[in-house]
Amino acid sequence: MADLPKADELFKSINYTPPSTGWMDTPVDFSPGNWCYPAKVDKLEYLGLPNPRVWNPEDVDWKLPENWQDIVHEGFKERLDKYRSLKVFMDVCVRCGACADKCHFFIGSGDPKNMPVLRAELMRSVYRKDFTMAGKILTTLTGSRVMTEDVLKEWFIYFYQCTECRRCSLFCPYGIDTAEITMMARELLTLCGVNINWIMEPAANCNRTGNHLGIQPHAFKDIVEFMVDDIEEVTGKRINVPINEKGHEVLFITPSGDVFADPGIYTFMGYLMLFDHIGLDYTLSTYASEGGNFGLFTSADMMKKINGKMYAEAKRLGSKWILGGECGHMWRVINQYMDTMNGPADFLQVPKSPITGTVFESAAQTKMVHITEFTADLMKHDKLNLDPTRNDHIRATFHDSCNPARAMGLLDEPRYVLNNVLKNFHEMPEQTIREQTFCCAGGSGLNTDEIMEIRMRGGLPRGNALKSVQEEHDVNMMACICAIDRATLIPLSNYWAPGVDVCGVHELVGNALILDGEKERETDLRLEPLPGKEG
Amino acid sequence: MNALYSLVLVFALVLLALFGVETAHMAKLFGTVLPVVAVAVFLVGFAYRMIKWAKSPVPFCIPTTGGQQKSLDFIHHNKFDNPVTTGQTFIRMVLEICCFRSLFRNTTVGLKDGRVTYASAKWLWLFSLLFHYSFLLIVIRHMRLFFEPIPAVIGFVEMLDGIMQIGTPRMYMSDVLIMVGVTFLLARRLWDAKLRYISLVTDYFPLLLIISIALSGIYMRFIAHVDVVAIKQLTMGIVTFHPVIPANVDVSFYVHIFLVCTLLIYFPFSKLMHAGGVFLSPTRNLPNNSRIKHHENPWNDPNIKPHSYEAYEDDFREPMIEAGLPVEKDA
Repeated sequence: MADLPKADELFKSINYTPPSTGWMDTPVDFSPGNWCYPAKVDKLEYLGLPNPRVWNPEDVDWKLPENWQDIVHEGFKERLDKYRSLKVFMDVCVRCGACADKCHFFIGSGDPKNMPVLRAELMRSVYRKDFTMAGKILTTLTGSRVMTEDVLKEWFIYFYQCTECRRCSLFCPYGIDTAEITMMARELLTLCGVNINWIMEPAANCNRTGNHLGIQPHAFKDIVEFMVDDIEEVTGKRINVPINEKGHEVLFITPSGDVFADPGIYTFMGYLMLFDHIGLDYTLSTYASEGGNFGLFTSADMMKKINGKMYAEAKRLGSKWILGGECGHMWRVINQYMDTMNGPADFLQVPKSPITGTVFESAAQTKMVHITEFTADLMKHDKLNLDPTRNDHIRATFHDSCNPARAMGLLDEPRYVLNNVLKNFHEMPEQTIREQTFCCAGGSGLNTDEIMEIRMRGGLPRGNALKSVQEEHDVNMMACICAIDRATLIPLSNYWAPGVDVCGVHELVGNALILDGEKERETDLRLEPLPGKEG
Repeated sequence: MNALYSLVLVFALVLLALFGVETAHMAKLFGTVLPVVAVAVFLVGFAYRMIKWAKSPVPFCIPTTGGQQKSLDFIHHNKFDNPVTTGQTFIRMVLEICCFRSLFRNTTVGLKDGRVTYASAKWLWLFSLLFHYSFLLIVIRHMRLFFEPIPAVIGFVEMLDGIMQIGTPRMYMSDVLIMVGVTFLLARRLWDAKLRYISLVTDYFPLLLIISIALSGIYMRFIAHVDVVAIKQLTMGIVTFHPVIPANVDVSFYVHIFLVCTLLIYFPFSKLMHAGGVFLSPTRNLPNNSRIKHHENPWNDPNIKPHSYEAYEDDFREPMIEAGLPVEKDA
């Protein structure tokens, strides 16, 4: 982050006045920092994706396949026939501009091509030329243009500057969803071998090792052991964590970010403590050790392939239902795609909490329950022994992750859980939470460091909202239910609201849980002393 | 520039009608033939576009959710922003189509004192609503020209529309409001630099066309004082397929009807099809019940299978055994 401008300098550089040249005539800046690194050859080869080669977005020659224009045209046509969303969204936009200032990347950059309407026009202009009569004849009058190499390069820049967060869709009078358009554009780019490594490498890892970080099964077990050690250090209690074991009632799947990276690991410890506390009959799996689906950012086929592991593993292990951890994209895929792509999972049962007896009718088809739904139900039934004062040093706010918020509607469950485990909870301004939540600007495979300035610009709305609760209520912790958030919100808050830390909801649950036979706690899960217990 | 092109285009249309009727004496073409063609193009074109959209499947259930999902009993479910049943989804669509629900949320962003600010911006919602409802009222009022006897409901709408009883002939509120609405939409497009930047000729053209239709209508009523009886003779002639061209119809009528015909013909090929498309938007017209009910993807490829557990274990068997993890096959 060496060449990042200071936060206030970056803020001052934002200018919402568009350039004097029309958008079709405004060249794109290809200097480093404006794009993510291209996918490595071996990752594309492993996944069997087209045109693996070494290339650099800075170069003039992107080494595209000779017939790339035909590939794009045919791919476009195929997708118009397969998705009504794409067809309708290409046709019905009236450019009313309601979406224009809803995108976090636009708010932080002022770049008009980051207005959702214009991002989609990058694709619509080609659609009009290729697929509408008027666009073929009256080129400039209808805003259509020929698909040239420059247009493709522009697509690469701007469709990898969209986190598919769907905030614009919420405000669109026709529900035009830029995420859908971005997904299609990325599929077309992938057909030509124009894609980024931070998506392809995790996708390849998910396929081979089961998780995006490439953690192999024995290493996975080691990591879990480390966390069990840490739990023992904090609570004095050694807990048992089944892995890859058959015949347990519940299969638990969480994003691998929770297993690997700080602060996700504390959330993971929270899950494990909760399961021990209630005596849940569960197992983890190393084969299905990733909830986050990097296929979602690649193509529908890749999404299906990667996601298929969850059901396959539940079947192999003979589980009755699946419990899912705190993850954003994972829940978009589970809620909106999973049963359609990979189901119906008739070998599973409608989830029923073995502790409270609650039947989760809202998950009757997918047989997958979100951990905050599960925990909220436990709390409602008073099944947890909690000491919320252990979180008294935490003054928390909650960041709604885009996918659970706008592609599911999981808003109150995490809040219910939080309010049961801590006293100091403060909401950020209403235009920035719940369905209007702002993205962490690193979603959809963009949490990579080479575009840090773009991420910080996109993170402005979230950072700003966070700063306001920090100043008003002394908030020092932002809880969230997404592993990508737990990775991306840390640089974001360091930049825009220094002093605020990031955690998962179940980290705070873990702090508050009173395990049977535990010792008196002196630290929280981060091994930081609890107030009043210091030395 | 795009606005100017559109303006020139609309002027050209007006002139075309003026000369066509006054100089070239093609009243029959402008008064009867063209309207029939225009209505046919509109109906066939509209249906064609709708069918074309409907032919593409909706493989996945992808509603944009705007509120709390249906989950546990003690958590309040937001039924109309996050519907799970057909009935709830229907109400969501009614709110969307009749009340412009999503646009109602609109906010505007500003930068002030080192902060991003959000202000409510319901202007677009308000003026769009004014515009669309005035348009609807005007269309209903005009239906009196195509019915004999005139259905009571049309007379009632007309009575309500002129209830303020201002001037002679009585002023219709819808005439005023449509001009207010459409002028706002145009002014906003010209004024806001962001919007000007994204606006195409095809964004200005329909606005200017509708303005000119409204103005020509107002001109006919208040300045030219056209012979309504003669016009009704003409319109009834079209409806009954016995076209007549009455003698004393003012040329402004032909300008008006020509512009309307242009709008009807232009409609199915343009963004105006948002009127039909909004019904087919998969992010709005689907319930959020994909975790509860099965949705079928007609092109779901059964050959796409996950990397199998067997292949995974083959890859990692030795270290798994060493770590004490259960395996299916011994080494």
